[in-house]
Amino acid sequence: MNVHPLLASFSGAVEFIFIPQESNVTGGKEVGGFDKTMELLVGHIEVTVLALAIALLVGLPLGLYLGHKEKGELVAVGIGNAGRAIPELAVIALVATLVGIGLRNVAPALALLGIAPILNNAYVGVRQVDPATVDAARGMGMSELSIIRKVELPLAIPTVMGGIRSAAIVIVATATIAPLAGVESLGDFILNRNVYGENGLLAGAILVALLALTIEGSLALLQRRLTSDGLKVKTA
Amino acid sequence: MGNPFVVAAGEVGGDFFKERSSGTLPCQADESHLFCFDWAKENIDRYGTPAQQHLEIVLLSVLIGFVVAFALALLAHRTRWLQPPLLAATGILYTIPSIAFFFLLLPLTGFGRDTAVLVLSAYTLQIIYRNTMLGLDNVPDSVKDAARGMGLTNRQILWKVELPLATPEIIAGLRVATASTIAITTLVVLISAGGLGTEMYGSNFNFPTAILIAVAIIALMVLAFDLLLLTAQRLLTPWRKV
Repeated sequence: MNVHPLLASFSGAVEFIFIPQESNVTGGKEVGGFDKTMELLVGHIEVTVLALAIALLVGLPLGLYLGHKEKGELVAVGIGNAGRAIPELAVIALVATLVGIGLRNVAPALALLGIAPILNNAYVGVRQVDPATVDAARGMGMSELSIIRKVELPLAIPTVMGGIRSAAIVIVATATIAPLAGVESLGDFILNRNVYGENGLLAGAILVALLALTIEGSLALLQRRLTSDGLKVKTA
Repeated sequence: MGNPFVVAAGEVGGDFFKERSSGTLPCQADESHLFCFDWAKENIDRYGTPAQQHLEIVLLSVLIGFVVAFALALLAHRTRWLQPPLLAATGILYTIPSIAFFFLLLPLTGFGRDTAVLVLSAYTLQIIYRNTMLGLDNVPDSVKDAARGMGLTNRQILWKVELPLATPEIIAGLRVATASTIAITTLVVLISAGGLGTEMYGSNFNFPTAILIAVAIIALMVLAFDLLLLTAQRLLTPWRKV
């Protein structure tokens, strides 16, 4: 039967995700399969969620606070710009070399990559809120904290969520090379070519792409749910 | 098994360890050393070729990305209904992690620079496209009306009024795209396309000096390109007093 080699490599990769198979490099040992896929997927999600949580805990309050106080523009925007220029491989390489390997070292390092867009967007989002609106809230007797929570944050949600989505994208992408620092992730299939073979390589790429698109899609849905109806009418 | 970088490093930078372990520099043996200046002095020349490869990949990718994104933006500017699908399409390209993208294309385009440039230029599309659209949309209607009143055709309005006024946004997009491309190009070592990532990967992650030099070169590259683009912006928009 003549199958186009391109189709063959992709169907081989899809099969690899579900059924353990002999790889072309291990000499008879069966690798891959659904259980292994799930194990690596869980590892990938684990380090991604942990890193994103740390990035949120640090970046969001700081960005909202600086935006509310209208100060620290240089810091917030500077960190945002510098963050984009950090090479992912350098982060993983340096953390493995200088700090150590494993989840507890890698997750904070990945979080560093996510803090930049979260902090930057939270700051910009709050600064964009009409000062008259904030004055009105203050005139109604709202405390500064509830102005941030009930006025500025809801109005800034589209921008804030944009930052969180950027952070999620960069973290889930970098988690792919986390196996270089001793954290299991779907990147194992890609980086351990000598174990999983060509099918594993392609399977890993497919899974990572699907995971990133799923996370991005869910966050887009979340953003729609969090955006107040009043804002939707205005932008529609 | 389970130790990916030993084998992988052997593929890309096998002679790295040999060269290094045969060295007798005192700070090389001392693992607590963050930066070994003696090693840096002796080995700085090894970064020439990777830096050049890095630069070539970045320039090609940003150039191709810019041409395509700019053309798409002009098209969408004229044909409004194309805007949402184009934004969605470039957004999806941006969401797929570059590493996954490299290996998804592998059966099609193989190892090497072509795949790297293809992926990296696709990656820049969203930022450049979105910023160009933003710049064009920000041009006030009154300005366009005035131009039309002076007898300019639509094409003249686009090239002589709208695009010059949109230049700051377009350049801002290029700055972000260039900086992130310089950073992501470190990963093309995984598909044997060279670049400064080879020196990070090849260090086997136990010799920080080698990694830090590569990081420093990348930081310099980012700064140099940023300054270059800012200067270009100043020259292209002489009416804006900065």
